[in-house]
Amino acid sequence: MVWEDGGGNPSSYPMRPPDARSPEVRPGAGGRDSRVFSATMLPFILRRLAQAVLVLLVVGMGAFSLFQYVGDPVSNMVGQDATLAQRERLRGELGLDRPAPVQFARFVGHALGGDFGVSLRQGREVSVLIAERLPATLELSVVAAALALALGIPLGVYAALRRRHWDAKLTMAVSLLGVSLPTFLIGIVLIEIFSVLLGWFPSFGRGTTVQLGGWTSGLLTADGWRHIALPALTLAVYQLALVMRLVRAEMLEALRSDYVKFARARGLPDRVVHFGHALRNTLVPVLTITGLQLGGLIAFSVITETVFAWPGMGSLFIQAVQFPDVPVMAAYLCLVALVFVVINLAVDLLYAVVDPRLRAHAVPGEGRR
Amino acid sequence: MKHRPPAIEAAVAADRVAAPPASRWRRLRRSDLWHDFTHSPLALLAVFVALVCVGGALFAPWLAPHDPFDLATLDLADSHLPPAWLADGRATYALGTDDQGRDILSALLYGARISLMVGLCSVALSVLVGVTTGLVAGFVGGVVDAALMRLCDVMLSFPTILIALLVDGVGRSLFPHARDVLAFAVLIFALSFTDWVRYARTVRGSTLVERRKEYVLAARLVGVSRGRLLRRHVLPNVLGPVLVLATIQVGQAIVAEATLSFLGVGVPPTNPSLGTLIRIGNDFLYAGEWWITVFPAATLVLIAMSVNLLGDWLRDALNPRLR
Repeated sequence: MVWEDGGGNPSSYPMRPPDARSPEVRPGAGGRDSRVFSATMLPFILRRLAQAVLVLLVVGMGAFSLFQYVGDPVSNMVGQDATLAQRERLRGELGLDRPAPVQFARFVGHALGGDFGVSLRQGREVSVLIAERLPATLELSVVAAALALALGIPLGVYAALRRRHWDAKLTMAVSLLGVSLPTFLIGIVLIEIFSVLLGWFPSFGRGTTVQLGGWTSGLLTADGWRHIALPALTLAVYQLALVMRLVRAEMLEALRSDYVKFARARGLPDRVVHFGHALRNTLVPVLTITGLQLGGLIAFSVITETVFAWPGMGSLFIQAVQFPDVPVMAAYLCLVALVFVVINLAVDLLYAVVDPRLRAHAVPGEGRR
Repeated sequence: MKHRPPAIEAAVAADRVAAPPASRWRRLRRSDLWHDFTHSPLALLAVFVALVCVGGALFAPWLAPHDPFDLATLDLADSHLPPAWLADGRATYALGTDDQGRDILSALLYGARISLMVGLCSVALSVLVGVTTGLVAGFVGGVVDAALMRLCDVMLSFPTILIALLVDGVGRSLFPHARDVLAFAVLIFALSFTDWVRYARTVRGSTLVERRKEYVLAARLVGVSRGRLLRRHVLPNVLGPVLVLATIQVGQAIVAEATLSFLGVGVPPTNPSLGTLIRIGNDFLYAGEWWITVFPAATLVLIAMSVNLLGDWLRDALNPRLR
């Protein structure tokens, strides 16, 4: 999951929109322009939307084929001694004798309504199971992302500004450790230190939760925060190291640029140059990649949730994989794909909003590959 | 051979250090890469650690004091023993024993063997598929290229570990009674399922640059066939970045395998890898029996760190802009 080129290479960013060539948007018409989504953006948005739908359909096909090839739903439903005729009748009632495209269309229809059938392992509606588990995973991911950003950006700036000093080099070395260490090991080490040896934080579960409508929240009680501390830190370590290294790389790049030299030549104080000029221009790629990593957080939460017995979607999924429980696997796959597609889409669109160059004049050689 | 830049030539030669022809060895000794390498303490250390680990894994059957897979030699009376230097330790079990009386040191050597094998095989598979795809996409272009790159975009947006989990889960349910070899094949396939994309993108990018160069035109003019042109002329020139990426990915694959095994869906339990050992030991952490987890974990970190360091160093050393 490491960006192989250290993050500085624009090719690792999501697809950029084509350069809008609308005459009424002048170069440099900044982010406060109300015509953010100018008419020329529309084809781009439509194309990205079509792509997103296509990706979801492909993933849906994958999930659908899980049902087709893994296990036989009929033998799961009837008893050992059911006759062949009974099986055939059930097959007809379930619509399993129709051609595959028809079945797929039905599957997509049900999936759109959030209906993935009944879990083979627990015998309950998959949608209910996932709805129960969703808040735990989302709270964990959001807290971890906030932690990674709040610590990663300042550390990265520090490492860039003092890059020849030993403390910055030490930070970089530690961050390499953070990228290399497997998530589950970080979790084990944290449990060993903070739960077993020091006894400061509990090592499993969510603690006291509060019911808010359909949402169970652990963030409203002190006990809940004590429980989320270790899992969130575990999940954040990798992202933290990544954000830090990225901010440092982008800052170093920015500090070498002409506009920073020019700002220095104008006699602006270091503080203004560092934070007003360099850091500001660094934030676009950083936010992009953090946005994309939010999906990664949900993926890595599978591991964290297993280590900390956190009752989220990830542990549900891993149990489904071990069992194997096809409806749960299919539902999780579709849900994660949806999250990823939405995040990618949002980041692509935000990119166009944040970076005026992408909307304004054409840059030769840039644009869509 | 003529078309390789010297750095890549040296890198490729370094890869074959085991049995180098004399002239190539001398050329390697005089190369920039070799000079950088011998003057970088970090790189030397990383290679040393990696070699010790690989050596230990390779010669495990001869080095290990016990055979952890031979049930006849296991004695439950010897279970839960601490390392030799602690009060209750015994000299025959240098790093202690686990709950079944298995010698940790032996299990470690055999486990590293399995981890390394799975990691290397999955990277080899990814390189093979990725480089081929990249070469074809970059050279043929057009619709093939566009379709392949769209596919890559989609695959890259999903995290490796999630896809590996899923593929492994599906593989297990397709072959519920998989014997060892098949289980390993499924695991390796699962790990490579998304990783080949990185190589494909890298190689495609370099191929796009290379195919416009004069030597390609020259080779075409003298009537070299497409396949041969790709294999003998373009391929050697695009391998530099692949080498860097593959080094880093070996570390990633080993960690990914350990993660899957830790989650209980990786290697079959009869052949424990480092991840499996950590999972077993994790249950005894609360009981204060730290050695069952700590030694496999330390080995895993050591391997991953040294490979990552080596990859980082190689990337900087082969990057002409940083010279």
